Amino acid sequence: MLTTESIQKIDREIAKYPADQKQSAVMAALAIAQEELGWLPSEAIESVADYLGIPPMAAYEVASFYNMYDLKPVGRHKLTVCTNLPCMLSGGVDAAEYLKKKLGIGFNETTPDGRFTLKEGECMGACGDAPVMLVNNRHMCASMLPEQIDKLLEELK
Amino acid sequence: MAILGTINPLLTVGWNGDAGWRLQEYVQRGGYKALRRIIEEKIPAAQVIDEVKKSGLRGRGGAGFPTGLKWSFMPKGEGEKYIVCNTDEGEPGTFKDRDILRNNPHAVIEGMVIAGYAVGAARGYNYIHGEIWDLYKRFEEALDEARAAGFVGKNILGSGFDFELNAHHGYGAYVCGEESALLESIEGKKGQPRFKPPFPAAVGLYNKPTTINNTETFSAVPFVLNMGADAYLAIGKQNNAGTKLFSVSGHVNRPGNYEIPLGTPFAALLELAGGVRGGRKLKAVIPGGSSAPVLPAEIIMDCTLDYDAISKAGSMLGSGAVIVMDETTCMVRALERLSYFYHEESCGQCTPCREGTRWLYEIVHRIEHGKGRPGDVDLLRGLTTNIMGRTICALGDAASMPVQGFLKHYRDEFEYHIEHGKCLVPPEVQRAGSTFFKATV
Repeated sequence: MLTTESIQKIDREIAKYPADQKQSAVMAALAIAQEELGWLPSEAIESVADYLGIPPMAAYEVASFYNMYDLKPVGRHKLTVCTNLPCMLSGGVDAAEYLKKKLGIGFNETTPDGRFTLKEGECMGACGDAPVMLVNNRHMCASMLPEQIDKLLEELK
Repeated sequence: MAILGTINPLLTVGWNGDAGWRLQEYVQRGGYKALRRIIEEKIPAAQVIDEVKKSGLRGRGGAGFPTGLKWSFMPKGEGEKYIVCNTDEGEPGTFKDRDILRNNPHAVIEGMVIAGYAVGAARGYNYIHGEIWDLYKRFEEALDEARAAGFVGKNILGSGFDFELNAHHGYGAYVCGEESALLESIEGKKGQPRFKPPFPAAVGLYNKPTTINNTETFSAVPFVLNMGADAYLAIGKQNNAGTKLFSVSGHVNRPGNYEIPLGTPFAALLELAGGVRGGRKLKAVIPGGSSAPVLPAEIIMDCTLDYDAISKAGSMLGSGAVIVMDETTCMVRALERLSYFYHEESCGQCTPCREGTRWLYEIVHRIEHGKGRPGDVDLLRGLTTNIMGRTICALGDAASMPVQGFLKHYRDEFEYHIEHGKCLVPPEVQRAGSTFFKATV
């Protein structure tokens, strides 16, 4: 079910590991599948497992263990806000509250138009830039004061 | 973010944000000189390990274990061996390795190749924290540059020594910062820690001997070898050689990374970081990442920042993550958030940790929300002693130590919450103290 482009990306990951250790590429392969599909339906997890020659359960264990995999559909833009202590001391909680109010949703909810999903995150290793948030697992936004949050939401159509 | 301040810097010299990380700039700063010298002068592997040992370099990831000694645990002779770098930086308060990858990825690569040469490994992986995708991509780009220049890959600089290096991208699990969980994760499994012993030097990645060091440790290796063990040892203080990166977060005017010699007074770092916000009074500091017991202002202000002094004060230098809290901070609320984190991140393998971290969080949560019960403080204490030492990895201890530290120094705040159902520090004061903040860089 994955596109040729995704398969090529997965092949590049497989090549990083010894020939008899294809399972090592499962994390990257799941991330690539998620990037293509927006989330990870079980068929995607199974096709990754098939491709790597591992039991579907082995791939599912990985997909359900690491918290950046989405096993349920999310909005076009997933915003993960860190509220851990160092961020909390510099407005991390306020940033989360501001987003909740602005989007009209709570954590783990998606706006009715399918545009945004809001998540509470754990430490992203960027505490000096607090408040921080991550967009679609890939783009880290630093010093997210209300003005910056407004600008970001405007940009993410 | 660039490095915000230094005292006698070593690792961060020439850092220039996004502008100076490429191979060419690293070489201009003296990069790959140490590797080149080892290869050209055919310095024996054992001599490289001895030099690192003699330098007193200690692991910068948290445990402070002597690096050269760790390398010397690897079996001698032929056979498949691995070098692994731990850039799974997720200990709340820590953000130094991210800046190393941003500013100087080639120093990490050079350190890993030298380690491979020293222990006889032909493959290595850098495990990079899931949330820093852009720096994972940057590291891969740096690897391409190093391969093209002959510093990584087959027959490095014509020496006959092969070392293939790749990056592995994490996907969100704090426990993978624990070295054996990290190895499981590279193998494509859930990141659940392994029993130790055997240690990775005996049974590591793919069950082969493996050396795992932190990013900052690897990045220090070329500097140590270029300046020589004696010169490195002369920086810092006895048993605490060299400089270290400190990540300062929380209630300071200039949160960010600072490089200072070990043994520098805490007060000097606080000053570099612009002092406490709004001229307010310092209340407490977590000196080594969220797992380290909190220290009240009057204790930390008298400490120097090195493994021995912080340990003597009752905490840990850990990863060098300094979380600063001022007088507006409610200690119950602070602990509640940390306890939630450990509960959320427990991998679920060991019952004392899986169940214990949930109970720690739930009890602190009810105290914070005015529903504390008499005896809760002792219950928390009892829980920590029943978790610690009873789990496969250190996450259980890491969840317990903050609880013990907060109760040791701020028991009165917890008792007040339980008795009065509210905080000593009014909510509006807490809120004002921790609201949106624009750093004065």
